[in-house]
Amino acid sequence: MRSAALSDRIGHAANLILLAMMGLVALFPFLHVLSQSLSSHTAIVSGRVTVYPVGLQLEAYHQLLQDRAFYRSFGVAIVRTVLGTAINMTLTCLMAYSLSRKHLKGRGLIMNMVIFTMIFNGGMIPTFLLLKQLHLLDTLWSLILPSAVSAFNLILLKNFFQSIPESLVESARIDGAGHGVILWRLFIPLSLPAMATLTLFYAVMHWNTYFDAVMYINNPKLLPLQVYLRNVIVLNDSNMNVTDFSGATLISRESLKAATIIASVVPMIAVYPFVQHYFVKGVMLGAVKE
Amino acid sequence: MKRGVLVKGLEKTLRADWMLYLFLVPGVAYFIIFKYLPMYGVVIAFQDYSPFLGISGSEFVGWKHFARFFTDDEFATVFRNTLLISLYKLVFGFPVPILLALMLNEVRIGWFKKTTQTLLYIPHFFSWVIFGGIVIQVLSSTGIVNSVLQFFGMEPVLFLAQKEYFRSIIVISDIVKESGWASIIYLAAIAGVDPALYEAARMDGAKKRHEIWHITLPCISSTIMILLILRLGSILELGVQQVFMLYNPLVYEVGDIIDTYVYRVGLTEQKYSFATAVGLFQSVVGLILIYLANGLAKRFGKGGLW
Repeated sequence: MRSAALSDRIGHAANLILLAMMGLVALFPFLHVLSQSLSSHTAIVSGRVTVYPVGLQLEAYHQLLQDRAFYRSFGVAIVRTVLGTAINMTLTCLMAYSLSRKHLKGRGLIMNMVIFTMIFNGGMIPTFLLLKQLHLLDTLWSLILPSAVSAFNLILLKNFFQSIPESLVESARIDGAGHGVILWRLFIPLSLPAMATLTLFYAVMHWNTYFDAVMYINNPKLLPLQVYLRNVIVLNDSNMNVTDFSGATLISRESLKAATIIASVVPMIAVYPFVQHYFVKGVMLGAVKE
Repeated sequence: MKRGVLVKGLEKTLRADWMLYLFLVPGVAYFIIFKYLPMYGVVIAFQDYSPFLGISGSEFVGWKHFARFFTDDEFATVFRNTLLISLYKLVFGFPVPILLALMLNEVRIGWFKKTTQTLLYIPHFFSWVIFGGIVIQVLSSTGIVNSVLQFFGMEPVLFLAQKEYFRSIIVISDIVKESGWASIIYLAAIAGVDPALYEAARMDGAKKRHEIWHITLPCISSTIMILLILRLGSILELGVQQVFMLYNPLVYEVGDIIDTYVYRVGLTEQKYSFATAVGLFQSVVGLILIYLANGLAKRFGKGGLW
């Protein structure tokens, strides 16, 4: 009996240590990049920067915050996220509401049509050519319309709406409420947590996706933040200065890249602790099989 | 007579539910335009498509493009890379979230559990540009990994430019970024296991490992199976956003995957028909795989997706 308790305790301790190590594995790279953004050129090239700044400098952030392209791409990302998410939510709510009404004729057909898009798609090139024919290339719409409804989120919300008691709908209808009123005054207020979750899922998708902009956007003024960031990191392409007017090295290019990464991550980290709860809930919602 | 009845029925439905149909219009229009029109668009895989002539005007060439890529060395490389990276991700990456969930489930210290979970979840919300950027910085010549190597007197390595490391970097960075988040669904499944089962086992003298092996795992096996099916269905689609961020011409030989290949050939070189044929092949294989996996899951009595 005693030995069992002891082995259990050792097991628990080992478990905690392992988990703590994994947490640190996730944290360390981030700290490293943060330190790079704040460290001097000499400290970086001599490889002395680990997880805290060496030879503190703020010039990298100073340069970044003077770059107009940074603000512009930030603005594009915000417009895309806000407008895109608004369209996502409107279309998803309307469609989910109708599809959650079990008596609706043709409901099964539309559901199958939606589900099929989850397992088969036309692919990259036909979608590109479609956007080209619709003259949507090089517009913000090319980043918003092709992902206007996520089949997965739609099914999630439809299932959630279906779990709202039918009796509530009946009594609202007896009081003379139309479908618009029922959706707006009854369903949406009753499913606020689900709404919050879906809004966040959509918003994160818009904020993080970059490959569509790589494909569809040529105009540098319409490039979202992620593409700007990629150009700085991968292509070494930016207007920012790493040398002063006499040609002496001000900061390391690595610091500039690191500062850009940190500046792009800040919005996510600032919001995340307040909304993690909703994300987790969203996964749980999705786990419930119809 | 019969027709009259039908029309009347239709009228009645429309009168009662016109609002519901109206609500469906934008969503259905979206699916038709942006999902089904591109599916129709795949016919250009069987044509020599020219943007000037359009789909209706371009010449029909049958299986020409398919025959070409099946005998093409570059495609063979790309296909092998895709399969290998996918397989590595499956073999090494799929069990990690299950393990994490089992481990997290045993933690009884509230703040510790919460902190670890947050640290493990948050990389999922970083874009691949950011996470890939972090990977690039960490592995660069002045990054922390090379600092450590040099500290131990070893030569610095340009990891992302070396063929022998590239696939491992893709697989490991994916595991680090996504495993924590993927563990949530297993945690939820574990939370749903009937506690009476554990009590009964403990009465019979079961140890922790027995409980995990004989109770927890069997109870969450249907969740595992469903996620495995979904995984199998997308075995040829392994995340263009990740590879596109991390690869470069030096490692095309081991890192070029179907998606990045379709992008380069289709959009950069504008070989629309050929690239569409490759993409269609990918989609069809995915469709077949998901049906097969689902059939298998049903056969083993684990439910399946439909």
